[in-house]
Amino acid sequence: VVGELTLVIALPLVAALLALPLRKFAPWFMAGVGPASLWLAWETARSAPATHAIGGWEAPLGIALRADGLAAAFVGLGAIVATSVGLYAIRYFGADQRAAAAFWPLFFALWGAINTVFLSHDLFNLYVALELVTLPAVAMVALEGRTIVLVAAVRYLLFALFGSLAFLLGTALLYSAYGTLDIGLLRGEIRPDPATWVAAALMTVGLLAKTALFPFSAWLPSAHSGAPAPASALLSALVVKASFYILFRFWFDALPALATPLFLNLLGLLGSAAVIYGAAMAMRQSRLKLVVAYSTVAQLGYLFLVFPLLGGLDTAPAVVAAAWSGTVFHGLAHGLAKAAMFLAAGTMIVSAGGDRIANMAGLGKSVPVASFAFGLAAVSLMGLPPSGGFLAKYLLLKASFASGQWWWGAVLVAGGLLTAIYLFRPLNQLMRTRDAAALPLARVHWSLQAAPLALALAAVALGLASSEPYRLIHSASPIAAELEPR
Amino acid sequence: MNAWLPVLTLATSLVTALLIFGTPESARRMRTAINLVGAMAKIGLVLVMLVGVAAGELYETRLALAPGLDLVLRVDALCLLFLTLSALLWLLTTIYAISYFGEGPNQARFFGFFSLCVAATTGVALSGTLVTFFIFYEFLTLSTWPLVAHKGDDASIAAGRQYLAYTLCGSAVLLVGMVWLEALAGPVDFSQPGELIAIDTRTLQAVFLLLVAGLGVKAALIPLHGWLPAAMVAPAPVSALLHAVAVVKAGAFGIIRVIYDVYGFTLVQAIGVGIPLAALAAATIFWGSLRALYQTDIKRRLAYSTVSQISYIVLGTALAGSAATVGGLAHLVHQGLMKITLFFCAGALAERMNVTRVNQLDGTGRAMPLTMFAFSIAAVGMVGIPPVAGFVSKWQLGLGALQAGQLWVIIVLGLSSLLNAAYFLPLVYRAWFKPAVVVRLPGGEGPSMLILPAVATAALALLVGLFAGLPFSPLRWAQLIVERNYGL
Repeated sequence: VVGELTLVIALPLVAALLALPLRKFAPWFMAGVGPASLWLAWETARSAPATHAIGGWEAPLGIALRADGLAAAFVGLGAIVATSVGLYAIRYFGADQRAAAAFWPLFFALWGAINTVFLSHDLFNLYVALELVTLPAVAMVALEGRTIVLVAAVRYLLFALFGSLAFLLGTALLYSAYGTLDIGLLRGEIRPDPATWVAAALMTVGLLAKTALFPFSAWLPSAHSGAPAPASALLSALVVKASFYILFRFWFDALPALATPLFLNLLGLLGSAAVIYGAAMAMRQSRLKLVVAYSTVAQLGYLFLVFPLLGGLDTAPAVVAAAWSGTVFHGLAHGLAKAAMFLAAGTMIVSAGGDRIANMAGLGKSVPVASFAFGLAAVSLMGLPPSGGFLAKYLLLKASFASGQWWWGAVLVAGGLLTAIYLFRPLNQLMRTRDAAALPLARVHWSLQAAPLALALAAVALGLASSEPYRLIHSASPIAAELEPR
Repeated sequence: MNAWLPVLTLATSLVTALLIFGTPESARRMRTAINLVGAMAKIGLVLVMLVGVAAGELYETRLALAPGLDLVLRVDALCLLFLTLSALLWLLTTIYAISYFGEGPNQARFFGFFSLCVAATTGVALSGTLVTFFIFYEFLTLSTWPLVAHKGDDASIAAGRQYLAYTLCGSAVLLVGMVWLEALAGPVDFSQPGELIAIDTRTLQAVFLLLVAGLGVKAALIPLHGWLPAAMVAPAPVSALLHAVAVVKAGAFGIIRVIYDVYGFTLVQAIGVGIPLAALAAATIFWGSLRALYQTDIKRRLAYSTVSQISYIVLGTALAGSAATVGGLAHLVHQGLMKITLFFCAGALAERMNVTRVNQLDGTGRAMPLTMFAFSIAAVGMVGIPPVAGFVSKWQLGLGALQAGQLWVIIVLGLSSLLNAAYFLPLVYRAWFKPAVVVRLPGGEGPSMLILPAVATAALALLVGLFAGLPFSPLRWAQLIVERNYGL
């Protein structure tokens, strides 16, 4: 496992470099990176988590990579999403040589950077990894080079840079106070003093900007909807998850002692506001990709309900288990479902020749498989069974009732209904018969339909074959350790 | 083997659905073959389990989703009551639908979702825990939507939207009730009554209200019934399935489960929610019948009749005496047989003679004698005239009302039967005794696959009424359920 830790980071980065001269063979590099990542998840599920000290230097001096269950689950998610997106991209860019030449190096660089985020266990290392994620992500937004997407990319870049700076500043403060940046070591030493507070606040705000939590979400819809479909899928499924992942680890692995009710409820409130705002905006869009992008704004809001639900150190174990697992499942399920939905939307737009929802009637007939995938992904996003989204919602709802905070449960339920309202607008169009006078729909290559279906099925499978993923995410997490009977 | 039977039963419909989604639009024969093989296989499995359960066997499959969260499929006597009905009517409806759609468009999609809908209904019947029930209940909501919106015109899309608005809100309420209950009492398994006594009465009442309100949307209890008449724009086989087997029955079945297997009828009486629910059911019976009287469209009249008839099941269950429960349970099957007959006939009439309104029915008995004969049997049964099945249900419900000391129920039953007669018998009268506009149809009454399913279900409705005393009749099976599970 130790070898694989470095491998899942090194392989994609090497692939990114090689993809420049060997553009024609770039898609084949996935055959190495994908299985290596899945193998890591598999190994972690079966055996103990692995720690690897780079260059043999142990923390606090050196930098540690660590694959616990949570990290392995997200690396696995990355592998499934990236492989599907990559297979889709081969035909999606097709004749567009310029876009394809730029896409593959960015694709592998992004993949490697994301794996670095998931496996890093050191705040400075995480900062570097975040920067590595941001650069290819911004470039992907600008891939098509139209003025409107350049504006979106620049706006994204500004938000991301602000986020990185805040995060870096907080990291420096923590280092001067504690002399270490290793998450595991910080956990034992953290003191609730002003310097720590300022550092935590800076890092949190920085990560919120990168995660696009309302009110920092202004950059997301234009960036995610302006990017080409494969890039949108990666951005919505993985990139925003990466910064949330850091926030999640930072608070619950390193700083649980610092969490006050006021702060936790504030994050929960922002999350709820995101659920409502994202849904309200999604309802008003007339373009398909904007609906899907605003849906991401709303879905990210659910993730933040974990803060008030999980609470501080004295929450009941049953609540902790449900809230923590529900949030991780939501992250995974949304990753799969949203990637499926962006890819399906891309296919539908190729077939319809435009992304106006009003012009989508009859697509159920021209691209039935992609339409079905869109529907399945919608089911998971609405949190309806049988899907990973449902399991996540169920667990979170249970946590909210068991902890006596039913109002967060109300947000979940209302959010599910709002999601149904905005997603059934495009779904209704798929069922509609197309006017004879309307423009004919184009046929598409089968892989453009198969890739979204595979991802959507994975989102559904996550809700049915959930006992193994459940065990995996709990493997060696500090939270799970607290749940052990004492 | 016992662990595999429930899964196999579910798979007959699920695999059929997946195979059909994969067929090319033009492969009609292949699709028909897959459909029929799936439906027959299911009936075979159900027969095996019927005999097994009667002899005291238990079939159960368990899949862990997360710690403390199991997906449980379990075959008990109550499950089989619903399962047998759905398996039988799936076969007949499929035969009917194949003929009904003929060469129409989007058939792979239609039959795929049709089978998914049946799979979901099967799952609802097989559910052994509340969470499992919810999963399949929602699955049913989703798989039915493409069927309601199937035609793809503005009216169908609007009806689909309304259907979703009602049912998704209903399931949100159901979900809240379910999770609230589980947060207090742990996972709810239908075979072991939970430790609900410790919870205070107010909370139990609130949870009961949430559960029944959520289920009441599909069971079309007033004021939650609005979607059902609107969904009438769907093709006739869909209406038949919706009204007789799938959607409304899932709601009623859920209410039965909540009363008997989640709360237990003693607790339901103790916290005083049984009689209010019975009153709501009675009001629904009355209101549905009253509204049916004013409908001039045949399918809409049938839809309001469903609103009314489904509440007989709820009424019998809520009264919670042995006789009333038997009546409610038996009506689950009886209503299914009679109502599907009526919808088959309405679809055949619309298809063959373009008859969709009540005043167009004059003399249709001449051109379509078999259809109108089946229609008449079912209609007479709905009114409750012996020896058709509907009479048996109403008799049992009346007995149950006496047993429970709720005499007002008898008045409701009597009034409702009068209203039933008032809105059904004129249709029968028109068909047979008014002068005919068309005496003969070119090509006879219609393809046998379109006409005979209705004849078969009408005959069944007659037989289960005539032979209600024989073993394996719905009535006897309902008595078995009540004796075995509830010791009433």
